[in-house]
Amino acid sequence: MDSAVRFRNVCLRYGKVVALDGIDLEIRSGEFFGILGPSGSGKTSCLRLIAGFDRPSDGTIELHGRSAAAVPPYDRDVNTVFQDYALFPHMTIEQNVAFGLMVKGVNRRERRSRAGEMLEMVRLEGLGERRPSQLSGGQRQRVALARALVNRPSVLLLDEPLGALDLKLRQQMQVELRSLQRTLGITFIFVTHDQGEALSMSDRLAVFNRGRVEQTGTPREIYEQPSTRFSAEFVGDSNIVERRDPDTRSQEQGVFSLRPEKVHLSTREPVADAHSISVTGEVADVQFHGASVRYVVSVSDGRSMTAVAGNLGSRAELPAVEPGARVWLSWNSDDLHRLRESESR
Amino acid sequence: MATAMQLPAKQQLGRRVSTALLLRPRLLLALLLVPPLLWLGVIYLGSMFALLIQSFFSIDEFTGMIQRTLTLRTYTELLRPAHLDIILRTAAMAAAVTLASSVIAFPIAYFMARYATGRAKTVFYLAVMLPLWSSYLVRVYAWKLILAKEGIVTWLTAELGLGSWLDALLSIPIIGGTALSVSYIGTFTVFVYIWLPFMILPIQAALERVPQSIIEASADLGAPPHRTFRNVILPLAFPGVIAGSIFTFSLTLGDYIIPQIIGSSRLFLGQVVYIQQGTAGNIPLAAAFCVVPIAVMSIYLSAAKRLGAFDAL
Amino acid sequence: MRSDASDRKAPRALTAAAVAGLLFLHLPLALILLYAFSTEDASYEFPPPGLTLRWFAVAWGRQDIWDAIGLSLRVAASSTLIAMLLGSLAAAAMSRTRFFGREAISLLIILPIALPGILTGISLRSAFNLGGIPFSSWTIMLGHATFCVVMVYNNVVARFRRMPSSWIEASMDLGADGFQTFRHVVLPNIATALLVGGMLAFALSFDEVIVTTFTAGQQSTLPIWMLTELVRPRQRPVTNVVAVFVIVVTFAPLVVAQLLARRAEGSNEGGIR
Repeated sequence: MDSAVRFRNVCLRYGKVVALDGIDLEIRSGEFFGILGPSGSGKTSCLRLIAGFDRPSDGTIELHGRSAAAVPPYDRDVNTVFQDYALFPHMTIEQNVAFGLMVKGVNRRERRSRAGEMLEMVRLEGLGERRPSQLSGGQRQRVALARALVNRPSVLLLDEPLGALDLKLRQQMQVELRSLQRTLGITFIFVTHDQGEALSMSDRLAVFNRGRVEQTGTPREIYEQPSTRFSAEFVGDSNIVERRDPDTRSQEQGVFSLRPEKVHLSTREPVADAHSISVTGEVADVQFHGASVRYVVSVSDGRSMTAVAGNLGSRAELPAVEPGARVWLSWNSDDLHRLRESESR
Repeated sequence: MATAMQLPAKQQLGRRVSTALLLRPRLLLALLLVPPLLWLGVIYLGSMFALLIQSFFSIDEFTGMIQRTLTLRTYTELLRPAHLDIILRTAAMAAAVTLASSVIAFPIAYFMARYATGRAKTVFYLAVMLPLWSSYLVRVYAWKLILAKEGIVTWLTAELGLGSWLDALLSIPIIGGTALSVSYIGTFTVFVYIWLPFMILPIQAALERVPQSIIEASADLGAPPHRTFRNVILPLAFPGVIAGSIFTFSLTLGDYIIPQIIGSSRLFLGQVVYIQQGTAGNIPLAAAFCVVPIAVMSIYLSAAKRLGAFDAL
Repeated sequence: MRSDASDRKAPRALTAAAVAGLLFLHLPLALILLYAFSTEDASYEFPPPGLTLRWFAVAWGRQDIWDAIGLSLRVAASSTLIAMLLGSLAAAAMSRTRFFGREAISLLIILPIALPGILTGISLRSAFNLGGIPFSSWTIMLGHATFCVVMVYNNVVARFRRMPSSWIEASMDLGADGFQTFRHVVLPNIATALLVGGMLAFALSFDEVIVTTFTAGQQSTLPIWMLTELVRPRQRPVTNVVAVFVIVVTFAPLVVAQLLARRAEGSNEGGIR
């Protein structure tokens, strides 16, 4: 597979503020690529560079193998769905969707028919004569999508596309976006701060933190094998376990991530075994989440650990404990995943 | 990239220019700024500078010719008692006008900001905006009709049997005169009338920004209405008053038409500048007089900036 | 946030003071209307001894008035055009980018109306004299454009600030180059602001007298004509008629500009956010 977008050591600075600090990234043609990170981590900056709204202070960006340095946004084969949708208020929905065709000089008849097709694709047929202000948030989102796709770009950028929608609509749009991307076969690059969304939608994703890429990989790789403490804590829940015993062998020392659902909680001391590690503590909090129950346990020296037990009904009983109860936590040493510390700056 | 190929030649050129500018944002900025800056910088600032330079020239008393050597002689002339008198008179008038218009403006602004809603608010707003924008001369002219000896004020006071009061008012030394239209009282009234909208709007803007909750909080804490007004509303409206006073003060300092049409024969600063540059032909002295309002206003503006008045503009 | 305002009753004294203030602002103008119909032609006698329409006919037949109106319209139109161009260029530059010297430039734009007009007038006059430029309708226009720029600038820059930068980015993203973006996205969105600014600039120029007395030679604009009549009255009732004409001519575009500005503000609220 050839690469759709390639970043080589890209930096972006606004005055003294460093938005991106040496990004290396490859996004392959036809994949659904997620960019995940907290706000201010540089994910939107990254998208703006691909669209061509900003230019890197350092490093190079290639689109389909060609340098994009001197290519303005209107000559890039890339379209964007903006976070605020950026629909033009002085145009009708149809004019908004047909905008890209109009500026290319496509004749009126073809414009109408292609805009109509696009509106049909996002299931807004019949609303072409309305103004953006007359539509709901979800409908505007679809218009933005239709408008960006009408030019048949090879790459579609989506900046927090579902951020302004309520939960039900969000889940519905997640499914629709995925299937749309599969049908069209073009590269989708979408930015989100919602780790659940990133994991469920992306083929591959990059975790951003403070203008750097912490990790790239498939959702599963990132969840199962977080490479840094930041990824481990930002994507899903994590217990961070530090082992600095001078007695143990050196390869067993370091910082490890341990997913809470891999921690077993019991009210009796477990039987010692070669692969299992256990500690004891006092229950600080029990949170019922429906599908699972989350236990926060204070262990030695003021630290706390989390264990999650699935609500499996008759197949396995949930430990019935109250805050204050003494419990034991145990896990298999294979489930410990060694972390590289985030490079400190 | 491929799409650019299909475009007609004219559009191709547009694209190329557009791209060139987009890749050089500084050049684009410069292209946008050059025309307005050239106009304002050369025509406006240039001539202003040329004028101020001339205040350092002097006039030869025998030939009446301007001597183009730098000297402070014109400024020493500015400090003569007769000239100082004019400056002080103008400043006193500006201060009095500012004070009076803030007193008259406040209730209007307060009513607009706190009590008028919907249609009433639009009507009030237009009623204040229209005089601000309608003809200055026509409005001055209206007062010539009103204040004339045979005009409506004389008629009204006579009808109400207050004729003797008017005469008493006019017999006050300095501010009185043979008729209202040739007295300082008349000049003062017209100044207040003309600049009043400039005072109302900033006060209204400042009051609009006082949230209702603050006033309710004050009442809730046990302050009677007049205390709330004095300790809460008035201090918050003060930047608006200062912003308005920038206009009333500056405009009164420089105006030479109102005192020329309605007022006594004693001159104001603007009139002196007009006469010195015109009939008297003494440009250096006129320029030196011009420095006075500039200096006064820069001091005033920097003080106002410190009081936060610019947020209310 | 102030939905309860209508429930609150204004103290009677406050209402009285506010209404009195408005009357103070408007009664004098009403009086001019009355005087335009007065039969008395030598003094400002009140009440007028009788009413007549004669003066409108007299004014209609006066060539000097028509000339003055013509010149005023020409000057106002050309200085408004220049101000619209320069003002929107400056607004575009100032709203999109931050750069060194920005504050100084915004001060420079506002200065011509912040400082007393007499300064602008006398400066321009002495500069024209120094440069040996003869006074003409061009010198009047030059002066007017200088203080009209700020009217257009203020309106357009405010609109630019309310316009999300994503609109321009979206347009370029969809394939429109800078010129196309300007034509299809920027211009339609600043059009009303440009129009309002232009109307205000026009009204300001049409009425201006202080700077004009310095930059005009023998020509007289309508305000100059009025000023001459005020200082040395020849036929007072004709002046009254012209004053009424000026009130009508300036009120109409101002009311339109106000309504346009209010409506544009309203329509943007239902916009895109």
